[in-house]
Amino acid sequence: MEIGLSHYLTVAAILFVIGMFGIFINRKNVIVILMSIELILLAVNINFVAFSSYLGDLAGQIFGLLILTVAAAEAAIGLAILVVFYRNRGSIAVEDINMMKG
Amino acid sequence: MILQSVFFYLFSAVLLVSALMVIGARNPVHSVLFLILAFFNAAALFVLLGAEFLAMLLVVVYVGAVAVLFLFIVMMLDVDFVELRAGFLTYMPVGLVVGVVLLAELLIALGGWALSPDLAANLGEPMPTLAEASNIEAIGALLYTKYVFYFQTAALILFVAMIGAIVLTLHHRRDVQRQNIERQVARNAENSIEIVNVEPGNGI
Repeated sequence: MEIGLSHYLTVAAILFVIGMFGIFINRKNVIVILMSIELILLAVNINFVAFSSYLGDLAGQIFGLLILTVAAAEAAIGLAILVVFYRNRGSIAVEDINMMKG
Repeated sequence: MILQSVFFYLFSAVLLVSALMVIGARNPVHSVLFLILAFFNAAALFVLLGAEFLAMLLVVVYVGAVAVLFLFIVMMLDVDFVELRAGFLTYMPVGLVVGVVLLAELLIALGGWALSPDLAANLGEPMPTLAEASNIEAIGALLYTKYVFYFQTAALILFVAMIGAIVLTLHHRRDVQRQNIERQVARNAENSIEIVNVEPGNGI
């Protein structure tokens, strides 16, 4: 059976939903939430590259490159905030992050 | 062609299973290791799609930097992770409902579109054939000319992220002795050696 564009889109959709699901069930562990965000960005990237490959348009791969950059920056900043938060509060549970009473 | 199908199903199956293990593993160290496995399989899918440059970038940037950063943070923070998983089952139903609804929406959307027939004439950046230029060559020719503004913006974002991470995590401890290089260099014999004439039988 020929592997088409919709195969890749289906894999990316399932990966996206797994990432969403990870945010919902891990309501206490911030690190796993950050990893779920990485999975979601990876799913988006797979979509971009699949479209780029099947339509023969290179712009999708360049956009994927930029997403990769933003994801790396986001992970670095997120983990830095996490380290500072742990240093101040001694916990990384999501329920404890209420200092701003939001 | 059959080989391509076999490898597609192999890589995507391992990718999805390891993504599930990322959110489901008991030990966050295992989560990070499954994340690395997921990134490797996504890179393999990219190779299947003919995007070699992004595949190698995924391995270098994600596996080499981001995942190792996660691993470092998980091991550095001394947290009782068993306690953190206490609410796992209470949020399971709502998570499942949202996940199933979202997946159904995505699959419905996936089945309900078609490519425009005059698409081939309207491509933004037509991909050169492999005989003309390799994937990385084509990306480079485009990225450093037409998309150079985006390239520099990405560099600026990385720069800001680097400075931000350093500023956030750097903290000066007051209870440790630090080397003061200026004072060391400015020291000379006149103000550091004192000759004392000690009389016999007396202390200083």
